[in-house]
Amino acid sequence: MNLTKIIKVADGVLLTPDIDTDIEIRGGYGADLMSDVLAFSQPECVLLTGLTNPQVVRTAQMADFRAIIFIRGKKPQAETLSLALQEGIPLISSPYGMFELSARLHKAGLPSFESNGVS
Amino acid sequence: MNPMASPRALSEQEIHGRRGRPITDRDATDISRVEELSYELKVHEVMTSDVRVAAPDMPISEVLEILRTNRISGVPVLDNERLAGVISIEDIVRAMRDGKLSALVSEYMTRKLVTVLSYDPIFKALQAFTESRLGRLVVVDENGRLAGMITKGDITRGVLLALQRDYKEEELRRYRASHLFEDIISDRTTLVLRYNIKAQDFIHGGNASSHIKRALLRLGADPQIARRCGIAVYEAEMNLIIHTNRGGILKTEVEPHRITMSTVDDGPGIPNIEQVLQAGYSTASEQVREMGFGAGMGLVNIKRCVDKMEIESAVGKGTRLTMRIHIPEQNSSLQKD
Repeated sequence: MNLTKIIKVADGVLLTPDIDTDIEIRGGYGADLMSDVLAFSQPECVLLTGLTNPQVVRTAQMADFRAIIFIRGKKPQAETLSLALQEGIPLISSPYGMFELSARLHKAGLPSFESNGVS
Repeated sequence: MNPMASPRALSEQEIHGRRGRPITDRDATDISRVEELSYELKVHEVMTSDVRVAAPDMPISEVLEILRTNRISGVPVLDNERLAGVISIEDIVRAMRDGKLSALVSEYMTRKLVTVLSYDPIFKALQAFTESRLGRLVVVDENGRLAGMITKGDITRGVLLALQRDYKEEELRRYRASHLFEDIISDRTTLVLRYNIKAQDFIHGGNASSHIKRALLRLGADPQIARRCGIAVYEAEMNLIIHTNRGGILKTEVEPHRITMSTVDDGPGIPNIEQVLQAGYSTASEQVREMGFGAGMGLVNIKRCVDKMEIESAVGKGTRLTMRIHIPEQNSSLQKD
C-alpha cells in the first residue's frame, strides 16, 4: 500500500514534509518494545509506536522499516525528527491509539508483518 | 580494477546484486539534499553565460528576431559594455500594442534591473525570482558587468545534474568498496571497523550500528545479511550504553566469508550468564524501559540473528560478546569465487 494512502487512512499528519511519501509499504507492525520490533518484524513495513525517542528511528533503520507512525497524536522529540530527516525515514502522527489504528490499516488492506523470527 | 587482479567475468549474481540492492536510507535523503544544493551550487555554475544581447539603438523588430531565432523570451541591453536594462517579450508586446515595432529598444526596455551576483548561491536567485516575479534574471560579476542570464529552468537543470553526480559518486563508492576484497591480494584480508561507545549516551545510541550497516551494504553484502548484522550490533551497542560503567568498544571485522562483531567493556560484568540469556530477564532501569529497551530480549535477539554467539564475563572485570555471521557463497558479492 502506498504511504500516501496509509497517511489518509490514519488521518495522519506528515511531520517530515521534505521526505517523499510516494513509497510502497508492504505491511504493518506495532510495538512499544524496540527489541520486539527488532526480533519479530519484517523489512519494508510501517512501524506503529507510542515511543518518540531517537532510538525509534535507529530501530526502524536497522530493521529496514519504511516509515513510522506515532499513535495517539504523539509528537517526536527534536532529536528524533532530525535523525529521521537525516536518514530519510518519514514520520507521521496519527490521532488513533494502537488498536484502532492497526484495525483501520488492516481493514484498508495493509497486511500484518509480525513474524516469529528474523526473516 | 587493480591490474594485479586476475581478470574474470562478473557473475550474474554479482551484477544482479549491485543493481537490485535497495538504497532506501540514501534514496530518500535526496530531497533534503536539494536544499543543501541550493546553498552549495553557485549561480555561475548553472547560468547561461553565452548570452544574446541587444543595444539601446536597435529597432525592436530586430530584437524580436533575436528572441525568435534563439527561442528565448528576453535579452539584456548593453550600452557600450554597460548594462542599461532588459528587453523582454512583455516589453515587445507593449510596443506592438502601440503599433511601434520599428521604435528603438531604449524606448520600451525595462530599466529597473533585478540582478544576482554570479558567485551567489542559487537560493539567492530563487529568492529574487519569488520577490520579483520575473522569469529571468541578469547575472553580473563583482564589477557589475554582465556575466550571464539565469532562469528557473537553469536552476532545475543544475540541481538535477548535481543530484545525478552525487548518485554516480555513491554508485562508484559502492562499486569500489565491493571490489575491495578482489583488488587487494593477500592470504587473508580483513577490514576492521572500530567504534568507541559511551555509557548512557542514548542520543547517539545506534550511530555506530548505522555506520556498520551502511558499510556492509557498500561492501556488497546481501541486504538480509546487512539487516541481521545491523540488528545484532545495534542490540550490542545499546547494551554497552545501558549496562556498562564506562562504555566500551564495538568492533566489526569483515572478511569475504564471514562477519565477526564484538563488544568489549570493563565492567560491571555479568554475575550469571545463564540468567541473562533467558528471554525476559532484565536489570534495566525504568528510564531505559521507557525508551523501549530493557525488555530482556537483547541477547536473545542477537542469538537469533547471528550464526554463533559467545559471551564471556567476569564480575568487576568486564564482558566480551562475540557474534559471527557466515556468508553463504551464493549469497554475497563479499565472497570471492
